[in-house]
Amino acid sequence: MTTAVTTLPVLHPARSLARMDMTLALRAGSVAGIVAVYAAAVGILKVFGQREVIVDHLTLGHVFLFSLAGACGAYVWTRSKASIRLRVINVVIAGIASGFFLVALIALMANVNLRWMFTALSSDLLRSLIYDRGAVGGSVLFLGAGALGAICGALLIGLPQTPRRCLVWGLSAVLIAGVFQELIQIALRFGWPITSLRTFLYVWRGLTLQGAMIAFATAFCVCWALDLGRRHLRRRRGPADIDVAIPRLRSQLASAVLLLCILVVFPLVAGSYIGQVMMLVSLFVLMGMGLNIEVGLAGLLDLGFVAFFAVGAYTMALLTADSEFALAHYTSLPSLTFWMALPLAVLAATGIGILFGLPVLGVRGDYLAVATLGLGEIVRVLVISDAAKPVLGGAQGILQVPKPTIGGIELVDPMHLFYLTLVFVLVAALIAWRLEGSRLGRAWTAIRDDEDVAQALGINLVQCKLLAYGLGAAFAGLAGAIFAAMLTSVYPHSFSLLVSINVLALLIVGGLGSLPGVIVGALLLIGLPEVLREFNEYRFLFYGVLLIVVMQWRPEGLWPSPQRKREVRTPRLG
Amino acid sequence: MAVASEKTRSAYAPAGLKPMITQTIATEHFNKRQGAAPVLLRTVDLSMRFGGLTALDRVSIDVHQGVIHSVIGPNGAGKTTLFNCVMQGHRISSGDIQLAGERLIGLTPDKVAAAGIARTYQNIRLFTGITAIENLLVGMHRHLKSRWWEAVLASSRCRHDEEKAHAEAREILKFVGLAGRGDTLARHLSYGDQRRLEIGRALCTRPKLLMLDEPTAGMNPREITEMMIFIRRVREAFGLTIVLIEHQMRLVMEVSDKVTVLDHGVKIAEGDPAYVKSNSAVIEAYLGHAAQRQEHPA
Ligand SMILES: Nc1ncnc2c1ncn2[C@@H]1O[C@H](COP(=O)(O)OP(=O)(O)O)[C@@H](O)[C@H]1O
Ligand SMILES: [Mg+2]
Repeated sequence: MTTAVTTLPVLHPARSLARMDMTLALRAGSVAGIVAVYAAAVGILKVFGQREVIVDHLTLGHVFLFSLAGACGAYVWTRSKASIRLRVINVVIAGIASGFFLVALIALMANVNLRWMFTALSSDLLRSLIYDRGAVGGSVLFLGAGALGAICGALLIGLPQTPRRCLVWGLSAVLIAGVFQELIQIALRFGWPITSLRTFLYVWRGLTLQGAMIAFATAFCVCWALDLGRRHLRRRRGPADIDVAIPRLRSQLASAVLLLCILVVFPLVAGSYIGQVMMLVSLFVLMGMGLNIEVGLAGLLDLGFVAFFAVGAYTMALLTADSEFALAHYTSLPSLTFWMALPLAVLAATGIGILFGLPVLGVRGDYLAVATLGLGEIVRVLVISDAAKPVLGGAQGILQVPKPTIGGIELVDPMHLFYLTLVFVLVAALIAWRLEGSRLGRAWTAIRDDEDVAQALGINLVQCKLLAYGLGAAFAGLAGAIFAAMLTSVYPHSFSLLVSINVLALLIVGGLGSLPGVIVGALLLIGLPEVLREFNEYRFLFYGVLLIVVMQWRPEGLWPSPQRKREVRTPRLG
Repeated sequence: MAVASEKTRSAYAPAGLKPMITQTIATEHFNKRQGAAPVLLRTVDLSMRFGGLTALDRVSIDVHQGVIHSVIGPNGAGKTTLFNCVMQGHRISSGDIQLAGERLIGLTPDKVAAAGIARTYQNIRLFTGITAIENLLVGMHRHLKSRWWEAVLASSRCRHDEEKAHAEAREILKFVGLAGRGDTLARHLSYGDQRRLEIGRALCTRPKLLMLDEPTAGMNPREITEMMIFIRRVREAFGLTIVLIEHQMRLVMEVSDKVTVLDHGVKIAEGDPAYVKSNSAVIEAYLGHAAQRQEHPA
């Protein structure tokens, strides 16, 4: 220590601090710049550039680059310890540094042909980004926009909570109104007052500048008003009640109802393609609620979850299909209808779930992930295997599964199927919610927290764990059965490991242990890539980034359960 | 049970009384009833080996009903291991453990809990992510009879059960001095509160035998005195038998009816506190360890 002090007297402490901050700014700017160049090279920027947020003014590519600069500005602002003036300078430096990488890319592209390696790096990629300005104008634009973005990011972070939240709402509203313009325009095609709203906000290609401003202002004001209302309520209500377990009902039910309304109304106004997407989303919501019982409540990590989905689907197919593989074809069993087969499919999945749980009862932690992964793969391999081919149809699957009927009418329209699934989702959600608050739900939480202590308090681990696997599997079996009827066929390739990973990812993004979180996660991870088709190519990149971002900034998930929120957000005392 | 606790109550002097006086009363009391009270927990030649290490070596202990029975001994003597063995957390190497004449060997811990034993842990092991009252409700798991499908259907029996459990949990919460704090996350409670909540959680299982593992570890003298008063209150209010692992000699002497001393897994002395205190083997064990510690300050 003393030697360090004696050898460093030449450096003024404040100056060394400034130098340290400068390095920080340069480093943050470089990371943002490299990410931008990477996005350009692999083609993300090109795809984003084609999606207009505000017609003729802003593409998603701009938004992407601007938020990159903003993120690095915010980072530098929070990390820097220097005086305000120095911090501002550092933020600007970081922003310029991030822009510099793209300038370098322009220069490089002007002199070297990189397209043999990166097909996305065409000259019109950047030309559209810089509004057809030349190399010099473009460079200035990149550097300036980088600096501006960084300042905006720092500002946003530096603002107090209320205005920040309102700004975020406003910007999100513009982004949503712009990116989802097709859907919203379809939704706004009805009737007089709404149609005029549409012409006010949109031209046929997308959101107008005027529309963007209106969207921003509206969201901003709504957020502000909500905040005022909330504060008023809090002041009136006084401190929270004591000695009651959290008022689950009030907080969770309200949010669930809100989400539900969106789920019901949205496909109705947005057309049948959205209906199909929402159908898929609701199947994943069903699975998510099942896996939530296993992972979110009981803490039993399960990477073989897709097996139960497969069991449900195959049971439905075997019992109802009009095919040589159907049980009715070669046994004396009658061919069942959708409604008769459904409980059997759920039951079969539950049984497999319990069987599945048995071998991993004593397995804990990381090993559980590996063990369940293996079990899930066993099911998939069995289905594809030659041995099972005479029964399950091998890779060709089972065709001609009938669609569900209600009162003799076949539900062919995807919209009708969606609403049918929605009813199942509702029932399942009610069941999941009641289970969560029950004696069994508490036992699951206890097992998740400390298995040994739970057992020493008289909780039967075997029973509770098997119930978690069985009930979780029941949800997946239900989803699988509906899936088979929806597609009117089952193929083994629908049941890959990726399904399990998708379900787990949507749970984590939405918030482990939270029912509304399951819906949010499914909308984001399953619905969004389907709606924004062009992003489908980068789907897993998107997953990865989203997971990292959520883990970093909201480890409790986007819509956490109240309990989990407290758990993650509050520091551990004692 | 009730009669036993009636008797014992008179045996305890208020906390302020001099330790010596308390001691003699406790000893007398112990001698008087030794023949009468049946054995609740009995270990017979209990041995526990971890690989080459013998943590318990043919330990035989009788815990009589209604008493506070302390187990003392230097660190690593095997006290916690004894609890683990009784709870069937370990598979014991040899010997036998009985609760009121019933063998416990081979049961799973939840069956042992059902037989009527509850314990706390040396390093508090509450469910830290849930609230105080939820911790107690988990302890009550065994006594709620409604099945999961009744919860799904929200049957009236289930709702009735839940209401009763909440009411009872609030009672216990009050008893452990946490009235009004039920909503607090367990991890946000103070150290002493956490200790008492953990005891409350054990009480929720309605045990016959409560095993406390160093409930005063890490406490200051005032908190230790409070904890001892609390432990007596627990015994009196619930008519329990308590096995207590303790380091604080003064308090062991003050509160116990009977003391067992373990050293290196061997029972080296047993008897009423006064006897144990004057036993040369005990003094040797403690002083010997003290002397060793001085030689090897590590
Ligand atoms: N699960 C275990 N595996 C191996 N050794 C153990 C285990 N539990 C306890 N021991 C050992 O047994 C001895 C007694 O430990 P313990 O019962 O915790 O002592 P204490 O009397 O301080 O509570 C110690 O030497 C300890 O290292
Ligand atoms: Mg110990």
